[in-house]
Amino acid sequence: MVPAIMTTAADPHPQPMSAAACPACILTPDAARLARAVSAAQQPALREHLIVSVPGMHCAGCISTVERGLERLDGVRAARVNLGLKRVMVDAAPGLQLSDIITHLANLGYEAHELDADALGPEQNDPEGRALLMRLAVSFFAMMNVMLLSVAVWSGAEDATRDLFHWISAAIALPTLAFAGQPFFASAGAALRAGRLGMDVPISLALLLSGGLSLYETVAGGHQAYFDAGVMLCFFLLAGRYLDYRSRSVARSAAQELSALEVPRATRLDDGVAQEVAIAALAVGDIVRVRPGGRMPVDGTVIRGESELDRGLLTGETRPVQASPGSIVCAGEINLTGPLDLQVTAAGQDSSLARMTALVALAESGRDRYRSLADRAARVYAPLVHLLALAAFGFWLWHSDGDVRLALNIAVAVLLITCPCALGLAVPAVVTTASGKLFRKGFLIKTSTALERLAGVDTVVFDKTGTLTLGLLQPLGLDQHRPDDLALALALAQGSGHPLAQALTQALQARNIIPTVLCDITELPGHGIQATADGKIVRLGRADWVGAEPPAGTASFLQTPRGDICTFGFADHLRPGAVQAVAALQAQGLQVHLISGDNAHAVADFAQRLGITQWQANALPTQKAARVAAMQANGQHVLMMGDGLNDTAALATADVSIAPGSGLDAARVAADIVFLGQDLAPLSDALRLARQSRRRILQNFAMAAVYNMIAVPLALAGLASPLAAAAAMSLSSISVSLNALRLR
Amino acid sequence: MEVLAYLIPISIGLGGLGLLAFIWALTHRQYDDPKGDAARMLNTDYDDHPKV
Repeated sequence: MVPAIMTTAADPHPQPMSAAACPACILTPDAARLARAVSAAQQPALREHLIVSVPGMHCAGCISTVERGLERLDGVRAARVNLGLKRVMVDAAPGLQLSDIITHLANLGYEAHELDADALGPEQNDPEGRALLMRLAVSFFAMMNVMLLSVAVWSGAEDATRDLFHWISAAIALPTLAFAGQPFFASAGAALRAGRLGMDVPISLALLLSGGLSLYETVAGGHQAYFDAGVMLCFFLLAGRYLDYRSRSVARSAAQELSALEVPRATRLDDGVAQEVAIAALAVGDIVRVRPGGRMPVDGTVIRGESELDRGLLTGETRPVQASPGSIVCAGEINLTGPLDLQVTAAGQDSSLARMTALVALAESGRDRYRSLADRAARVYAPLVHLLALAAFGFWLWHSDGDVRLALNIAVAVLLITCPCALGLAVPAVVTTASGKLFRKGFLIKTSTALERLAGVDTVVFDKTGTLTLGLLQPLGLDQHRPDDLALALALAQGSGHPLAQALTQALQARNIIPTVLCDITELPGHGIQATADGKIVRLGRADWVGAEPPAGTASFLQTPRGDICTFGFADHLRPGAVQAVAALQAQGLQVHLISGDNAHAVADFAQRLGITQWQANALPTQKAARVAAMQANGQHVLMMGDGLNDTAALATADVSIAPGSGLDAARVAADIVFLGQDLAPLSDALRLARQSRRRILQNFAMAAVYNMIAVPLALAGLASPLAAAAAMSLSSISVSLNALRLR
Repeated sequence: MEVLAYLIPISIGLGGLGLLAFIWALTHRQYDDPKGDAARMLNTDYDDHPKV
């Protein structure tokens, strides 16, 4: 085995020899390649497949740069770009660090992110979609061939020729129905076992009966066979299934990619030595280091370090919270200023993050109460169709004095003509068109009925932090301060990574303020920054540290050399388009509410800026959900939009929910729709599109009903020929699809 | 009408060939990255054998 690998690996990337290349240059990469090949030969089983997301790739040049660039990196055996997914699959020797690949790509000029292969799931090859596509292709092939033969029969082939054509049709159609009809048979079987009549029961019955009866007619040398209608029905319905599957899988894989970007790793300290491990490997009692900007992977107690925590995603508060040895932290909080060492008190499934996520899963199962339009229609439709076919069979049996063959023929014609093509194709066609349009506006529709539920919404509930805001703070009223104070504040703020200091730095730099020259700048994590100016101590930081009154809102304090104190108030950055979105929703006649976990001062100010009159502050997660449930009990249909862990219960309770892509994974999982954009303005457009698509679905039902009203009496009277059935079926399928495409 | 004896098998055979080609393409991951494959032909670097 080893020699075989050696021969193939000795020169895995042959390159044309360049005349200008000096021998050393050619030799060196060869030596490196050989070394690589040897190490690969020693451990052939331990190859690793790493997946990296590179959002910046967009052309042939990028593919070439990234692939060739990566293959020059030691330890990389092969790299393959998928331009559609903007990913690179790297086939690497063990021991190659992902961080090396990411730095290497950064040197090549591409921003890259690690993707967690577990979160992406095993569905990368998409077996379900592929199987559907295969069935679709087989039924398409069969439909075209059988139709060709059927046309000959309809146009007058007789006797032996007709029988031969029927036999060939049977040879094509029956295996096709057996293979391509499986999704319908499976779900019809499941429905019958559960004691329901779903849409798939009449479909399966029509497929089976048309196949069986046509075979009988063929054997008996009869005039009419429905092979073409059966196969065509199968094709159109599979097309509907596939469209439905596609539109959801696009949204699902985009949502999965978002989750996969958050790689569950933590830095564990083993006897003081830092080591990267998977979060799942952490146990109670371990010491974990969390760098500034990192998210707490577990629940724990701080044992070393001073910092501030952003609890926004858990509670909705914007103001950072102090953390020092002895403080208790929860998974999901963000460490802001200094490194913290934690002792793990609960990890994995026991952490508060996992417990809250589990609560959401519980609440979510309650949402199954919504029945889709197609389901509701099928519940009325399926029994009706069966009764009609049975009645036709009974009547013709009696009328023709026991001619089972005639009676069955008519019953099958009724079943085929009434078969819910409109339900099977019309709804997916509309949903796919609408989802595609919404996807381009940044909305990922994760669940199949989300669009219908969105159409019925009359109340919109927003969370504040991270949803209507970007979660970024902006200093207020800078003009009230003296220019030399501003210069001093900039000089101090520059030296810190604290979000308030960074926001202040950005705002002041935008005003072209030149910082004062300071000495001895030191940062005290959790307190602020201190320096000396003209021999006097100046400070920028927390109220109690600087010696000021604790503020009502978020603020930072500057102690000037004169000894007095300047206050810099902060407010959250409004998400772009938030004002327009709220105004547009109100103009559409929707009630808009704001429910936040933040303090009343911040929320009131904010609600006023947006023109929202109904707001609630200091809301606990359970209160948010209870408020939404109360609105629902009042008969309202609620759209909830929120990003944090404190919103997840409300997201799961609401009729339909949207989470921004920047939100916590748990919130995105709980929501039906993930919003990827920054600008909130398309929200009202999305609601409009949802209502429009609901109208289209209902129109399609109406069209199907009209068509049935014309065709069913003909079939019942025994006047429908296989040609008429085939023509009517394709006509109705095409008309409902075209209607779906009218969505704007 | 004897010509049918040739024409029907030929037409079905050709259709089947198309179907087989599609099934091959589907099972050999030819539809995994259509956008990338379209761009790849513009590359100037050639390789003598397919990548792993």
